Amino acid sequence: MKSLQELKKLITENEIWRSVFRHGYTDTPRNRVLQIISNVWLHLHPAKVREHGTKIRFTWCMGGITFFIFLFETLTGILLMFYYTPDVNRAYADIVDLMYVVPFGRFLRNSHRWGAHAMVITVSIHMLRVFLTGSYKPPRQFNWVVGVFLLVLTFLLSFTGYLLPWDQLGYWAITVGTNMARATPLLGHEGPFAYILGMEANNDIRFALLGGTSIGAPALLRAYVWHCIGIPVIASALMMVHFWRVRKDGGISGPL
Amino acid sequence: MAVSEQRNVSVEIKDDKVFTWPNLVAKEFLAAIFVTVGLLVYSYFVDAPLRELSNPGQAENPAKAPWYFLGLQEALVYFDPWFAGVVLPSIIILGLIVIPYVDNNPKGNGYYTFRERKFAVSTFMFGYIFWYILIYIGTALRGPFWSFFWPWEEWTHDFPTPPPLHNLPLPVGIALLLGFYFFGLVLPALINRKFFNKIGIIRYVITMGLMVTMFGTVLKMFLRLAFNIKYMIATPWINI
Ligand code: HEM
Repeated sequence: MKSLQELKKLITENEIWRSVFRHGYTDTPRNRVLQIISNVWLHLHPAKVREHGTKIRFTWCMGGITFFIFLFETLTGILLMFYYTPDVNRAYADIVDLMYVVPFGRFLRNSHRWGAHAMVITVSIHMLRVFLTGSYKPPRQFNWVVGVFLLVLTFLLSFTGYLLPWDQLGYWAITVGTNMARATPLLGHEGPFAYILGMEANNDIRFALLGGTSIGAPALLRAYVWHCIGIPVIASALMMVHFWRVRKDGGISGPL
Repeated sequence: MAVSEQRNVSVEIKDDKVFTWPNLVAKEFLAAIFVTVGLLVYSYFVDAPLRELSNPGQAENPAKAPWYFLGLQEALVYFDPWFAGVVLPSIIILGLIVIPYVDNNPKGNGYYTFRERKFAVSTFMFGYIFWYILIYIGTALRGPFWSFFWPWEEWTHDFPTPPPLHNLPLPVGIALLLGFYFFGLVLPALINRKFFNKIGIIRYVITMGLMVTMFGTVLKMFLRLAFNIKYMIATPWINI
């Protein structure tokens, strides 16, 4: 026991430790506050919150879990990027390697895949709870709108990732999905009134999405860039706004 | 003396706040741990799907979009792609965005209640559940050529030919559609003046327009299933 105390002292009472952790932790109200406001990650939170806002039966913790899964996907996604090449001649082989050769590759790919599905589910449950608690009512109208964009972005994140393994499943799923764009009124070459704008297979909105008239190398690269950079950046920016707004609108909603 | 006492009282009533650390943070960490463990355990036992190398010459049958879009793909049975794949999802997104601005009922802000906002909650729940029902049908009950199979039936390629479909005569279709929107927009206002007055004409038109469209979508599906009607309105330019 004695030596444990001494060890602790040795570790904590020196300049290096002190330069990182500025205060000790005796459980005082002051420290509870400091714990939040002197930590760059935790100070997303206010130092104190209304009690009902901490209840799992109120928020179902679904917004927080969605955000957490987003971080989880970022981490596993970066690891996957070390092994994956967005090239039609290599993509599939890279995934097969991940499944059979790379140590823990299968585990890594599985977690990224199931995490993506989980995020789609949790975000829609989050929306349901926000609706059922009427939390979109004043002053939180705009944060609901930000949320709707996040919902769409979550779908798109998952959707763009679907093509990347370059297998039959992803290929035909994305074919079915992007074929819809053909039928866009005015903007898709098979859509109603497209002749007004002179839309053809090689200049309509689907062409812009795919970088071609069918799903090929340009489409794979586009899906990759949107999936790994474009959409995550946009979604992160909107999440910042979303969390900032939660606080500026007076914290988690509650009975007045 | 009296003043400071009063202050104390008001502070006590207002302040139901607790320290974020540990009350909230502890729960968040726990949730993070459970989610991580859950995902990792699941990933350990269940493999992500991977089929053969993509082959543009050989379409999957059925070719299905990712599950969260299968509600829309299922809607393709009943509507042309411009509606099921483009306009319907756009309406859904726009509809979600306008919710806070058309629902001006001040009650039920920040707590669960059905009694104080029956209309809003039932409309939303209807759409939410219907979305998932369509996803379920599209995911589990649609086999080759998008033909319908019950869960206990095996997916085969020889299923009975579906009955022939027909279109409504154009004038009838147009009359039905216009009539549907007209009554959908006008009747509720006449029957429930209080509601109309409370939300005002602009909110009313947007709300009911969206709601009538939602029910119209469902009704069109019903027409197709019950009477084999393909289009209510068939023209060379656009079909509904
Ligand atoms: C990537 C997606 C999203 C993330 C990471 C996210 C995250 C969060 C978090 C952490 C909160 C704090 C309260 C809680 O956990 O419930 C919150 C609140 C909120 N979210 Fe989201 N959210 C997302 C999508 C959405 C969507 C789709 C909507 C609605 C359409 C929405 C609307 C709101 C609103 C209005 C609040 C304030 C609720 C209140 O004060 O009670 N969010 N969000």
